[in-house]
Amino acid sequence: MAARLMQGNEACVEGALAAGCRFFAGYPITPSSEIAELLSRRLPQVGGYFIQMEDEIASIAAVIGASVGGVKAMTATSGPGFSLMQENIGYAAMAEIPCVIVNVQRTGPSTGLPTKPAQGDVMQARWGTHGDHPIIVLSPSSVMETFLLTVRAFNLSEKYRSPVILLMDEVVGHMRERVELPPPESLEITNRVAAHVPPEWYFPFEDPSTDVPPLAPFGEGYRYHITGLFHDRAGFPTERVDEIDAWIARAFGRIEQHRQDIISYEEDVPAGSRVLVVAYGATARSARHAVKLARAKRYKVGFLKLETIWPFPEEATERLARQCKRVIVPEMNLGQLALEVERVVGRQKVRRVNLANGEMITPQQILAAIEEK
Amino acid sequence: METNDRYEIRLAGEGGQGLILAGLILAEAAAVYDGKNAVQTQSYGPEARGGASKAEVVISDGVIDYPKVIAADLLLCMSQEACSKYVYGMKKNGILIVDSVHVDRVPTSRAYMIPITKIAEEATGRRITANIVALGLIVGLTGVVSRKAIEAAVRARAPKGTEALNLKALEAGLAEAERIRAEAERGQSVPIRAS
Amino acid sequence: MRRYEENRMYRYLRRHKKFPNVWCPGCGIGIVMGALIRAIDRLGWEKDDIAMVSGIGCSGRMPVYMDFNTMHTTHGRALAFATGLKMVKPKMHVIAIMGDGDVLAIGGNHFIHAARRNIGITSIVINNSIYGMTGGQYSPTTPTGSLATTAPYGNIDQPFPICELAIAAGATFVARGTVYHAVELDRLIEKALLHEGFSVVEAVSYCHTTFGRINKLGTAVDMLRWQKENSVTREAAAKMTPEQLQGKIVRGIFHEREFPEYTAAYAKIVEQAMAAQRKA
Repeated sequence: MAARLMQGNEACVEGALAAGCRFFAGYPITPSSEIAELLSRRLPQVGGYFIQMEDEIASIAAVIGASVGGVKAMTATSGPGFSLMQENIGYAAMAEIPCVIVNVQRTGPSTGLPTKPAQGDVMQARWGTHGDHPIIVLSPSSVMETFLLTVRAFNLSEKYRSPVILLMDEVVGHMRERVELPPPESLEITNRVAAHVPPEWYFPFEDPSTDVPPLAPFGEGYRYHITGLFHDRAGFPTERVDEIDAWIARAFGRIEQHRQDIISYEEDVPAGSRVLVVAYGATARSARHAVKLARAKRYKVGFLKLETIWPFPEEATERLARQCKRVIVPEMNLGQLALEVERVVGRQKVRRVNLANGEMITPQQILAAIEEK
Repeated sequence: METNDRYEIRLAGEGGQGLILAGLILAEAAAVYDGKNAVQTQSYGPEARGGASKAEVVISDGVIDYPKVIAADLLLCMSQEACSKYVYGMKKNGILIVDSVHVDRVPTSRAYMIPITKIAEEATGRRITANIVALGLIVGLTGVVSRKAIEAAVRARAPKGTEALNLKALEAGLAEAERIRAEAERGQSVPIRAS
Repeated sequence: MRRYEENRMYRYLRRHKKFPNVWCPGCGIGIVMGALIRAIDRLGWEKDDIAMVSGIGCSGRMPVYMDFNTMHTTHGRALAFATGLKMVKPKMHVIAIMGDGDVLAIGGNHFIHAARRNIGITSIVINNSIYGMTGGQYSPTTPTGSLATTAPYGNIDQPFPICELAIAAGATFVARGTVYHAVELDRLIEKALLHEGFSVVEAVSYCHTTFGRINKLGTAVDMLRWQKENSVTREAAAKMTPEQLQGKIVRGIFHEREFPEYTAAYAKIVEQAMAAQRKA
């Protein structure tokens, strides 16, 4: 495909369509609105559905409803809307309904700085809804990566029957870059496992050999029950401890067992590196720039760019940090993913670089941290 | 070193002046029509019109990591506020272009003070094309993208039916740049033109 | 007496799986469920083509007993979930079962907007004037002056008139029945199911366990008798004075009009966009 100048939010739309997304429900909010605007035009062109709902709670609910109808579905929002969506993100996790939630992060809390970037929703993406549940969160740092990770978000969501959050930020969402999108046929697209057994043998929440039970769309002969209550393998409410434990084991197990498949990152850590910079999202751009400046000054610096942030890539972080004396974690928040890095490598090794005032962290700020003794 | 191979442009003014569109066109000229790498970012307030607005474009033959301007090679100021705020965030040999219709206090003598809005009005009858006149000036004075590329990008991004109008504005900017360069060659050391 | 296999009720219930139900003995929700089954049975619809979506509360538990495609969602959100499903499965009959607190308080926004869109969902609002499952707190339909566990001095709010609200918000079929008039209720539900756009049936029920007990209204039978004695048809109401109508429940169809159904209107947009795309 020809080179184009493309905005991050537009790349998200292209990725969604390439992945087979055919339903979008959303509510206008800066800085994500371009995604809704573009999809309102594009989805009907491919026989898909777009609807603007009355709020973000309704948006994610409609997305789950559409997914239950067998259609790949997503919504897009920013901080205030993401907060409202938590209730039904929990529902999707409990009922194991695939869906993609895009959060183009802006500065919070509350209305905050609507047009300015942040990475303040890292912990909300992981722990925003009540109760324990697994979640998958990806965070792109470029327009091209936004395209690729959107495709991946859908693939992982359908494969593991889990809500997947694409954590963008205002910089990446509004940034325009030169991209050459890969031809659609070169993309690997995962579709939901279909149910093949006769309806009376079908258990939508069973623990099958494949460890992710098929999800039959409503209206195709498998009449079953979906609920946000703890449920048995048929979907009916239960308070039996053995059945509740089975759900927990299965829900967490399938993410844990497939960490290798779910976690992606890029490492550039030459042997003998003394400092490791761990970054994600737009900040990874500043970090890579800083690493290049530092290397030009003969500092021995390694760089780990995370694409998957939840489940946290602890094996990679641990392995790469082992040889380094210090680990620098720049984030456009007051230290969120740094908590995970600290958990894995120990607090004394970690140097945080934080900014939560709507400005992007500059390469110079990270360079200064690298240069500290 | 890749990180040094960056040409950094900052277009600053007010919302409604079309600076983000201008940044987009410039980036598109570089990335699509000149085959370079380009990143365009923006910063704007919550207001659709009137608040501070800024577009930044980084152009490079190599990989662009940090997408924002570190120190501008070229700064365009379309408001007094923008000029006062950003004039110090420039490289030593950076080029400053101000619209003298909107800016009267420039804390440096090394500036191109050009009545961009007035030129736009004269060329097209539309003040709103000042952003495109500015693009003509930038390209004419810096050569950061080719003339062919900027023309193609303006044509592609101009709202339907306004292509000719916008190309006229671009032409006016390019011509003004040409005039300034000629003046400079004749030995007028400080290329300032009072409005 | 017919054996249970021949009873049409059992054709629609997950009878081996989920009974007995969670509702208190004497609850009106079971009567609404029966009315709904009779209506569906008369229409002869395939169970596979029916989706039933509910929110949270006593009413929210209905889908679990019904042998359809059933989804028990979050509090107040049934219509939002149902909207997504109906969009992608426009041929399915989507029925939303909701309680008064569920759909009018926490779900009030979704209710008026689903009505405004005129999306082809049949809404059954079971109105028992109280939050039953959580223990008798006052709801948006609790009458002014009534007692509730959170209104120990009497409720000072005005109750929402569900049907008037639905009409004002744009619903194109609006009716009210009571659980005492069960046969009439199933006729109203049948008409609502057949309606193309957004339809609302307010099924006036009661909660003898909380509302009845707190307000000393007697047993379930007493509350049913009250419904019998204090409700009138729309036709009868037309001949009564406002004073005579005070405190009466008016039953019947209040609103029925034609307006393009949402998914049908959207299908036209898809058709148009795809045609333009093919041309380009």
